[in-house]
Amino acid sequence: MTIDPACHSPDHYSRRTILRAAGLSGMCWLTPLAERLARAADRSPQGAPAKSVIVLYMEGGPSQLETFDPHPGREISHAVTKAIKTRAPDVLISNWLPQIAEHMDRISLVRAVVSKEGDHERAAYNIKTGFRPDPTLVHPSLGAIVCHQTKDNVEIPRHVAILPGPWAPRGGYLGDQFDAFKTFDPSGPIPDVTAPVHKMRAAKRLDDLQNVVETEFARRRLKGLDAKTLHATSIAAARKMMSSDQLKAFNVSSATDSVKKEFGDTPFGRSCLAAVQLIEVGVRCVEVTLSGWDTHADNESLVQGRCEVLDPAFAALIEQLQERNLLDATIVLWGGEFGRTPTVNAVGGRDHWPQGFTIALAGGGIQGGRVLGETSPTPKLNENKPLEDIRDHCYVEDIHATVLHALGIDFAQEVITPIGRPMALSKGKVLEKLLA
Amino acid sequence: MWARNLLFIAVCIAGLLAIGDQLLRRNRIDRPADFEPGRFAAAATPSPSPGDIGQTLARLNSEFRRYWQAKQLDIAPRADDLTIARRLSLALTGTVPSVEEIRALENVSADERLEWWTSHLLEDRRHSDYLAERLARAYVGNEMGPFIVFRRGRFERWLSDQIEANTPYDEVVRRMISERGVWTGKPAANFITATSDPTKDNQPDEVRLAGRTARAFLGMRIDCLQCHDDKLGNVNLGYGSDSHSGTQADFHQLAAFFGPTSVSLVGVHDGGKPYETKYLDAEKEEVVPPQVPFAGELIESYASRREQLARWVTHPSNKPFARAAVNRFWALMFGRPLVEPIDDIPLESDAYPPGFQLLADDFTASGFDVRRLLRLIAASEPFTRDSRADFQITAAHEDAWAAFPLTRLRPEQVAGSLIQASSLSTLNGEAHVVLRIAMFGQTNEFVRRYGDLGEDEFTDRSGTIPQRLLMMNGELVKERTAENPVLNATTRIAMLSTRPEKQVEVSYLATLTRRPTEAELAHFVSRLQDTDGGDGDRRTRQEALEDLYWTLINSTEFSWNH
Repeated sequence: MTIDPACHSPDHYSRRTILRAAGLSGMCWLTPLAERLARAADRSPQGAPAKSVIVLYMEGGPSQLETFDPHPGREISHAVTKAIKTRAPDVLISNWLPQIAEHMDRISLVRAVVSKEGDHERAAYNIKTGFRPDPTLVHPSLGAIVCHQTKDNVEIPRHVAILPGPWAPRGGYLGDQFDAFKTFDPSGPIPDVTAPVHKMRAAKRLDDLQNVVETEFARRRLKGLDAKTLHATSIAAARKMMSSDQLKAFNVSSATDSVKKEFGDTPFGRSCLAAVQLIEVGVRCVEVTLSGWDTHADNESLVQGRCEVLDPAFAALIEQLQERNLLDATIVLWGGEFGRTPTVNAVGGRDHWPQGFTIALAGGGIQGGRVLGETSPTPKLNENKPLEDIRDHCYVEDIHATVLHALGIDFAQEVITPIGRPMALSKGKVLEKLLA
Repeated sequence: MWARNLLFIAVCIAGLLAIGDQLLRRNRIDRPADFEPGRFAAAATPSPSPGDIGQTLARLNSEFRRYWQAKQLDIAPRADDLTIARRLSLALTGTVPSVEEIRALENVSADERLEWWTSHLLEDRRHSDYLAERLARAYVGNEMGPFIVFRRGRFERWLSDQIEANTPYDEVVRRMISERGVWTGKPAANFITATSDPTKDNQPDEVRLAGRTARAFLGMRIDCLQCHDDKLGNVNLGYGSDSHSGTQADFHQLAAFFGPTSVSLVGVHDGGKPYETKYLDAEKEEVVPPQVPFAGELIESYASRREQLARWVTHPSNKPFARAAVNRFWALMFGRPLVEPIDDIPLESDAYPPGFQLLADDFTASGFDVRRLLRLIAASEPFTRDSRADFQITAAHEDAWAAFPLTRLRPEQVAGSLIQASSLSTLNGEAHVVLRIAMFGQTNEFVRRYGDLGEDEFTDRSGTIPQRLLMMNGELVKERTAENPVLNATTRIAMLSTRPEKQVEVSYLATLTRRPTEAELAHFVSRLQDTDGGDGDRRTRQEALEDLYWTLINSTEFSWNH
């Protein structure tokens, strides 16, 4: 059993002791200290190009070999695998992604990402939070951190997950209010935002709730009841959302046919279009999930099918962000929880592979057309020395650090968790080569 | 012809009246088998026997009273019976009481109600199923776990059977740590296979097992010792002069008890290789000998290392075991543990909260009798305090349990309460199977959208916007308040009573487990009578009742424990 590199600092103990003595508890984000932290965040580097993030999460773990890291003609590849040239000089990608190839001058690839998690759920946690699962703490996902560190005057949730699987992004120790707002195929209006009864009846219901039942409940009870429950506050926010014009951004039905066609007539394509619309009205983070990448059997045809959905959507996403002048302020992050084995198993599948897989980034100050890290076309596959088969590797947390840095967020700052233990927002290192 | 039609209508009306009678009046609930009105009374006798539950309760209450006095805190008065009944029902079955149950409870004489109600709930299969689901989160986590070798359903059913039989808690824990065999036939073995690593041929993870054992059964967080020694005195192990800061070796020597544990087609067995690790700054991996991090004198020889560990963990003299259990069951009852965080209890302290060590000692002396512990907590002064008072209640009162602390209900408690509140009769194991299936499906969907809290379940939380949207506009609330004579209380209430006073009262009892105040009654009776809203917004009585239900279900009172 090896040591967990994500937990290499004993120094949090000293602060923990001090903070415990100071009597911090569950509501620490409301304490003066947390306020100071929040103000410090307001002063974080200004002028950072990026303001928002779109995460394209490939649930199941996509094969790097048939997407962004092909090694055609090698033993590790399928016979049919071909690579095509792209708009970025010397960057070859799979021939199943021809439309993305046209945008590779705006997209960069990190081809030797490493993690220690080979199980879907644990690895999904790792890729979404930048931390390995910790039984004593739930870490916030990328979008939750971005929302926690910024203030906006938006009437709809600022953290949205479209087509989420079982592991939607969470607020973790930052609080449930930073959980992603979950929604599904944006071909129509989103559920639960329309009162089930006529306006006048709805108003009466709310009136009775606030003026009769809530008043009675608060009588002789805890001082500052709503500060604890946030009940009235969240009802007010929910009502504001229900009447907001910005809700339209969730629905793609009013987009022009040509734009819809660009993204592809699929739930994922429509969701990518909705993501652009949401970013346009001020949403900070949208995660769109494309599932079906867990190709333990018949990898070749399954990945080809997924690429047919991915290719137009990803390409149109970049194109539309550019057209609407949003690309410079929006980071697009593409990846799954891990990659797939360089070897093909007996049933034509590839298994889980966290030891060198690809993540793609674009926009928001990330330079396009660059490639970091390299996987061997002829890996030795020595179980005890997996790093021998890759060059210039980096860790999942480094991707997080880079994205947060590009957003102008001081990711090394420590936030106080509800158990009084300070945690850095990310423990990774910035991949400067993507930014300079 | 007309006579036949009239006869048919008469039969239908008679049928409805019969159902109404059954639902609204008749007491269908049997006397609980374990109902013992004088359970706590023996302490008042001149020489109560040692270990008498009444005596323990009296000592528990006096520890709290002394504590409140020392802190100079006013104490909230005793809550009314229905408020306590609601708390107990939420804690032990995860739903609010049904109208049927409330009526049965009110037929019991006032001084015997709490005992009757606790016995009634403890004997209901809903209780063991609910508690098993909650406890399983601490034992095997909330993750879906490894496919094939981990069967959560089997594990929860087994745990529920143990709770129903009131198997001594030490035996349950020993089975989990030391069970051998296949995870389907020997469900306790899922404690081990929950950590199986699919990328390592499904072999269990010793490190996760060691961390889990310490947290779930000893209430100690020693996970950080996995990587480095504790140089700042935050993880103290050992008693008195043996007390020392935790070291990496302490953690890995505990993990070594799980070293030989393997998983194969014949299930979990103990024939594997010894545990190896590479310590910080060490050059290579080394074999680690099994050793417990404290109270080493309690370790005895047994057939397998896991058996040895299981006996040590549950040894009556190993104090953290009973403390961890008391803290967890207390948290399940109140929604908040006595010592926070729930699994970080110091090994030695002169500042344990009142009642903590007393309950732990009683739990040990009783042979780890979970029902007795739950009964003690249920009857205690802190549990029966009101969350209202004539003085200003502050966080300090809640922190010291001088007023019942407000806690947000878990998603499955809200879903369960919502479905129960829309029915007048009890939705338990005897309810119609169609109702139960509908309840299961609706609960799962609701919990998913409301936001499952996972394993991390006793942190302070407030309400969220998606939760409010779901409660205000969501399908489940819409379905459960709409006109539906089979499924929904609003329709039944409208059919069975025409008096608005009665309709408002039953609505309040079904949703908030209380009767309306005079002001509330007057307000909603006029709402029900005044169905022509004066603004051209004509509503039927059924619609007015739906509105009332919606309002009650959307209140803080409904989605918080108080």
